[in-house]
Amino acid sequence: MSMSTDHPHVIDVSNLSISLKNDNNSIAITRDVSFSIGRGEVLALVGESGSGKSVTALALMQLLGGNLSISSGQIVLTAIDGYSADIAKLGRNGRQIEAIRGARMGMIFQEPMSSFSPVHTIGAQIAEVVTVHEDVGRKEARRRSAELLAKVGIPDPVGALDRYPYEFSGGMRQRAMIARALVCGPSLLIADEPTTALDVTIQGQILDLLSKLKDELGMAILFITHDLGIVAQMADRVAIMYAGSIVETGSVREIFRRPSHPYTRALLEAVPRLGDIDERRRINPIAGSMPNLFEPPSGCRFHPRCPVAVHPRCSLERPPTFGSGGRLVECIHGEAELAR
Amino acid sequence: MDASAQAPRRRWWLFRRQPKIRRHDLASQWQLMWWKFRRHTLAMIGMVLLGLFAAMVIFAEFISPYPPFERNPAYVAGAPQIPSVIDENGNFRWPPFVQGLKAERDKKTLRLNYVPDPSVKWDVGMFVKGEPYRLLGFIPTDIKLFGVTTEGGFMHLFGTDFTGLDLFSRTIHAARASLGVGFVGVVISFILGAAIGGVAGYFGGWVDNIVMRLIEFIRSIPTLPIWLALAAMLPRDWSPLATYIAITVILSLLGWTWLARTVRSKLLATRQEDFVLAARLSGCSDTRIIVRHMLPSFMSYLIVDASIAFPEILLAETSLSFLGLGLREPVESWGVLLFAAQSIRSIDQAPWLMIPGVFVIIAVLAFNFLGDGLRDAADPYTR
Amino acid sequence: MTRFLMRRLAYTLATLLLVSLVSFIIIQAAPGDFAEIYAAKKADAGAVISAAQIAEVRRELGLDQPWYVQYGTWLANAARGDFGQSWTWRRPVGAVIAERLPLTLAIAFATLVFMYVVSIPIGVYSAVRRYSFGDHAASLIGYLGLAIPNFLLALVLMYLSQRYFGQSVGGLFSPQYSLAPWSWEKLQDLLQHLIVPVIVLGTSGTAFLIRAMRAAVLDELDRMYVLSAKASGLSPMQLLLRYPVRIALVPIASTLGWRLTYVISGAPIVGVVLSLPDMGPLFLNSLLNQDMQLAGALIFLYCALTIIGTFLSDVLLVALDPRIRLE
Repeated sequence: MSMSTDHPHVIDVSNLSISLKNDNNSIAITRDVSFSIGRGEVLALVGESGSGKSVTALALMQLLGGNLSISSGQIVLTAIDGYSADIAKLGRNGRQIEAIRGARMGMIFQEPMSSFSPVHTIGAQIAEVVTVHEDVGRKEARRRSAELLAKVGIPDPVGALDRYPYEFSGGMRQRAMIARALVCGPSLLIADEPTTALDVTIQGQILDLLSKLKDELGMAILFITHDLGIVAQMADRVAIMYAGSIVETGSVREIFRRPSHPYTRALLEAVPRLGDIDERRRINPIAGSMPNLFEPPSGCRFHPRCPVAVHPRCSLERPPTFGSGGRLVECIHGEAELAR
Repeated sequence: MDASAQAPRRRWWLFRRQPKIRRHDLASQWQLMWWKFRRHTLAMIGMVLLGLFAAMVIFAEFISPYPPFERNPAYVAGAPQIPSVIDENGNFRWPPFVQGLKAERDKKTLRLNYVPDPSVKWDVGMFVKGEPYRLLGFIPTDIKLFGVTTEGGFMHLFGTDFTGLDLFSRTIHAARASLGVGFVGVVISFILGAAIGGVAGYFGGWVDNIVMRLIEFIRSIPTLPIWLALAAMLPRDWSPLATYIAITVILSLLGWTWLARTVRSKLLATRQEDFVLAARLSGCSDTRIIVRHMLPSFMSYLIVDASIAFPEILLAETSLSFLGLGLREPVESWGVLLFAAQSIRSIDQAPWLMIPGVFVIIAVLAFNFLGDGLRDAADPYTR
Repeated sequence: MTRFLMRRLAYTLATLLLVSLVSFIIIQAAPGDFAEIYAAKKADAGAVISAAQIAEVRRELGLDQPWYVQYGTWLANAARGDFGQSWTWRRPVGAVIAERLPLTLAIAFATLVFMYVVSIPIGVYSAVRRYSFGDHAASLIGYLGLAIPNFLLALVLMYLSQRYFGQSVGGLFSPQYSLAPWSWEKLQDLLQHLIVPVIVLGTSGTAFLIRAMRAAVLDELDRMYVLSAKASGLSPMQLLLRYPVRIALVPIASTLGWRLTYVISGAPIVGVVLSLPDMGPLFLNSLLNQDMQLAGALIFLYCALTIIGTFLSDVLLVALDPRIRLE
């Protein structure tokens, strides 16, 4: 399942399926998710809430909780330092996965408000990551933390070390969160809707900061969002996720110019654009709602909402995947659409 | 997917198959509470236990084989006699029996000891004739739940105390005073708490401030020493009934704070609710709004608090009476019975005197179980 | 932070004043004042006391003054440690109490330590291994601990140790040490004797704290910062101790004052049952003998201890939770 990118892959996810076990049956939350990200590349994983994108992100770090587990697939990480492992084979606990978390992969979350412990200083929580992974003294860890805080644009970084999260604004906290995720120089940064909870102006600043840090540090970023505007601004490539499957993958240009999957098209049409008012173009919300994961539709999971569904074929079998390299689409019309 | 990734268990109920189709949207608040309460095993156990205690209170004369003040001079400080169906040769014997006893004086300590007399067996039966009494206070009868049928025999299930009184009968009868103090105490606490908390919550401002400070003050002082001091101030020459009432009042004086706090905070919270505004707009009076609209909306929380206050009062009464500062003979409560077990000498000679304490523990446990179940059920719309 | 502490300090002082008033009212409310009791005692001894003499004693003691003047005098004297005379002991109340206060404090302190040392690990375990056998066992013991009256537990422990170890658990010292000067052996002896009172006094508090700690840790385990710390590579143990447990300690520590209130509240009765030479038996006897000067002073001390304890738990809260320091 390789996709052609110009860069050596940092992460290669193939056929990742996650299931929820409950009393005696198990429900597939995602099925056969595949993507890869190269160095210095940003892949945006786009989908509505409930599509399985956050669960996928958590699975990449073996952070699935409760009754969720990886049922099949591979997650091959090839870090910049040459370290390589299939994360899907590592357990949820143990030295190996702990050495990856925070050091080779960093993660930032949606809620900067609650991602820090309220009773520890920012400095302690960042320096802790350094001391956990590297054999350095407290002083050195503090120095490194201050360095990162300066890099993410926090004024008076040394003073900020001894301050508590509640003394920071939301934007500042998200910057500190980024510093914490990057303090050990990870090869992959997973950003799970990092700007959703922030004001629009702050959103822009954080996105700029992430782009700048990516260029500077050369890591790969998996950017999870439901906001297509952010995708256009941040990402190199896009993977569109619907009801637990990736339905279309491609470069930002291709996806925005020539969306091939009916769901992608519907998503794009649901976004207001500048000039809409003049042209009297109506925003088309997607008809219907996300299927219940516990009783998913048969065949193509999008068929109940699909305007171009072919009956009864779409409701009977899972559609084939068309395309090659970085451009894939899972739809019966895929071949024709790609050829257009 | 975000929420279920971290805490999927919270959503289990969504797809748990219900045996019956229940319309949660049509059920009343009390129905919802009952459905939830029933799933709480411990609470159901608590309820069964409390039912047994209620039976004990109502049918004390029927359950106990002897009147509580009938001495058995032939068996003083005697050990519990447990009926058996296996005789000394290991043979099955019906009806059940207790071993006959004879008194022997220990030659060294000169203490009376009761030793089994193998030649004598006393039969035990159900629904036997005993002293006449009035069931429920008005039905004259002399049928007891169980007793010895052999002439001249006796059976003391929990043994006897130093004056030869049957501990089992006394323990059963004592449930009345013990649970009665708890019940009346909770009612008084309830009225005090609802009134004071209601005033604080409804008027707010400085009234609320003073009440809250008062509650905080009462909470921060140790209750038992205060109870002891207040109980010690009661004149000794008061009648047992007057003492009983006074002790109950004293116990509830310091127990109303939890209820008052709940009433206050719930009143403050519901004051903002739409249905209260609607009632006010349609011209209801303040009293009517409080009693008809606001109170029912948080009644369940008050019941929870009451079920928690009950064991506290019960324990306090037991402690006070145990120290000799609470209820006194001839009123019998479990604490009064335990008063006899105060010294290490007496419990060394007659450890069964501690049995009434087991009843205290079971009663408190039952109320705690019930309280837990009610607390979980009180929020019918969550989970 | 200083504002918070100053406010708490002011509140503590106000409460102390209120408690002193309550104690004074209790002293006053007892039937008969000191002069009458004094007269009755003298009469018992065969002396003839005239009404004039009683009035004389009354004036000497200031008992003819209005109540607020008496309260003022009492308070001023109390502030200097003078709580008047105990007629049962025929000695100053202050001196009688001073002999027993250290042991009361030692028992209360040991009980608090016991409660927290036992309940925190069990509570954490119960939360992490929820619905495990250990969790159920802990909650069963917790229920029992809350339901057993202190004195009954004391009786049972006393009975068992009498019966099976042939050793009396009453008192705080073995006979050979009770008058001996302080030494290492005497301290060991004291600690041995402290075990039973501490278990008796601490059981219900421990049961309560286990439940509180379990609930607090469970609350924290689902928090976002736990996931984000886990994503930083902490091992499960590091994670647990540094974040959820540390944060759950905040609400647990803030109830320290209440716990102390419960311990102090249970202390008199346990002292009586185990015949400890602490303030408990003193208190009960003073009440039974209507020695109200002594009883009032003891009530004041019991209350003062819990109020000061509450203040200390506020200080502890400030140390544990930086959010309060901001105030």
